[in-house]
Amino acid sequence: MTSTLVFEQLLNGLQFGLMLFLIAAGLTLVFGIMDVLNLAHGSLYMVGAYLAATLVAATGSFLAGVVLAVLATGIIGILLEVLLVRRLYKRDHLSQVLATFAVILIADDLVRIIWGPAPIMLAAPAALAGPVELLPGFFYPAYRLLIIAVGLALAIGLYLLVARTRTGMLVRAGSSDREMAAIMGVRVDRLFAVIFVLGAMLAAVAGALLGPLLAVEVGMGENVLILALVVIVIGGIGSIRGAFVGAVLVGVVDTAGRAFLPGLLGTFLNTAAAAQLGPALAAIAIYVVMAAVLFFRPQGLFPARA
Amino acid sequence: MRTFRLTLAACAVALAAPALTAKPVDQVRVGFSTSISGPFAALGAEARDGFNLGIKQLGGKLGGIPVEVFATDEAGNPDTGRQHAERYIKRDRVHFYTGPIGSNVALAVGPALFAAQVFYLSNNAGPSQLAGSQCNRFFFGTAWQNDAYHEAAGKFAAERGFKRVAVLAPNYPAGQDAINGFKRGFGKPVIAETFTKLGQLDYAAELANVRADAPDALYIFLPGGMGINFIKQFVGAGLSKSTQIVGPGFSADEDVIRAVGEPMLGLFNTAHWNHDFANPASQAFVQAFTKEYGRLPSIYAAQAYDVVMMMDAAVRDTKGELDDKDAVRAALKKASFKSVRGDFRFGPNQFPIQDYYLRTIGKDAQGRITNRTMNKVLTAHQDTYAGQCPMK
Repeated sequence: MTSTLVFEQLLNGLQFGLMLFLIAAGLTLVFGIMDVLNLAHGSLYMVGAYLAATLVAATGSFLAGVVLAVLATGIIGILLEVLLVRRLYKRDHLSQVLATFAVILIADDLVRIIWGPAPIMLAAPAALAGPVELLPGFFYPAYRLLIIAVGLALAIGLYLLVARTRTGMLVRAGSSDREMAAIMGVRVDRLFAVIFVLGAMLAAVAGALLGPLLAVEVGMGENVLILALVVIVIGGIGSIRGAFVGAVLVGVVDTAGRAFLPGLLGTFLNTAAAAQLGPALAAIAIYVVMAAVLFFRPQGLFPARA
Repeated sequence: MRTFRLTLAACAVALAAPALTAKPVDQVRVGFSTSISGPFAALGAEARDGFNLGIKQLGGKLGGIPVEVFATDEAGNPDTGRQHAERYIKRDRVHFYTGPIGSNVALAVGPALFAAQVFYLSNNAGPSQLAGSQCNRFFFGTAWQNDAYHEAAGKFAAERGFKRVAVLAPNYPAGQDAINGFKRGFGKPVIAETFTKLGQLDYAAELANVRADAPDALYIFLPGGMGINFIKQFVGAGLSKSTQIVGPGFSADEDVIRAVGEPMLGLFNTAHWNHDFANPASQAFVQAFTKEYGRLPSIYAAQAYDVVMMMDAAVRDTKGELDDKDAVRAALKKASFKSVRGDFRFGPNQFPIQDYYLRTIGKDAQGRITNRTMNKVLTAHQDTYAGQCPMK
């Protein structure tokens, strides 16, 4: 096992983590501040990817297509907030789960009606389609570097937004004590709408950027939703910092587990047993981390509410 | 008392009648359990289109007798599939059953159908159980046994002279069968065997290991979205220059090509049919399908179309006397219809003995990215489980 392989796997873990962060950030804000468990967040991610695939093909430009798809998903987010989610704030979590789960089913079937059941194509821009040589003899896919760059930029941007701006102050206030913030005169309904749309657009960024790496297909949102929920449970609900740390942790643990566990087990077990056990253990590694966090810090690593 | 005895006699005659003289049915009833939503949605939709085209071409008749098709969507779910099968048996009293894409559904619906003596012509799933020890008179694996594509791919890899070969599949029964099938065909040890999580999204870790192992060829069995994810990421990592991807036809059919595009070019895969086959039945089918749906048919469409033609021939050969189960079975087993794959026959386990071909993905004359048939890999190949089947 060479050091470049370890370095490459760490980079892979970071990239996977940043992609999870983009999805988990919106989810954790909506859950932490609005106290709404929005299962339809994965559907917004899917819609973002489908719109990006269509708009990239229509405009002929990857950048224009992605930007338009993110804006369009933002508009869908507004509609979803006004028509449905707004009515759920005062209801219990069970009603929220039921209603947003219904949105998943409706969104999947709508996508199937509009785009058909077969996965559709979203290609990476030609300039980024291949690998680049980072160090002599060390190649890394250019497109994954783009995801790392965008993920880091959005993470910093979100941090500045939450920590340094007036909106961010309101977000933090709403996050730590919603009722007190409302009593102090914060226009909570408007704040909620802004947060919901922001979350929808972040999910769309993730969907659009991951389209060239992953299959753009019906049900793609459900797969990432589970991982995003693991991330926000580890990180602490409502905390952007927690979502970031949780996402990178999940990304690195999952990648390292898949890359090194089977080999590691092979050194002290016989090959057949290692081949059996390795993939199984790698698959549950992130859930083991989640269980450990829940045991030692039930509030998550960075709880938003003190 | 006399009336009672008369009634009893009448009942006895009525019960005995079908066994003595089977009459032609006035309607052929077919249960078509599609998988048009759920994990196999794209494949199920292809099968539905191929099936509907066949019925339409025959003017809504099978063997000259009007057909009623009962179609439901089992969504790839074994429990739902079993409920629908019960309904086809009890309410719709179907003569034939077909449709499911997944082997798990096929295994779930089998027992009820066999007990009710309904012929199940499997357009896709060919699990080893139903080819081997659990083979049944009422089950026909009309397409292939699950292992066959993998065995053909293994044989191709050996013949092509690939020395260092790695394999990768999801960690579930079909994935393990695929790897075993490939290794059986390849006949030599592979350098790396990787099992991934079912439904995995990101393959960066596995790709880094592939780069480190530097195999000549990599065999992948990753159905549906997993294969799309993997191939996109494989090409993005620049591995396609040093490592050749080989897969079964499922990983590289028209549906996958439409979702991945350019990165598919040059990929080798194995199948029992391709849309460029020269036989008249295949050419007519491809032409009609392309005209009807505006795209090239996949193997799933061709397989469902074949099932329609097989039922048509069986109804005609038995003159519509579908209650004579032995005669229907004999007619089905002859495989006298013109299959799009060309000539083939059924082995004693009622699975096909047929040829398998190597395909590669390239651009055709019109610039479309699609499969091209290269050469025959396996000739008159019979599945390895046939010996375990007690049927003669």
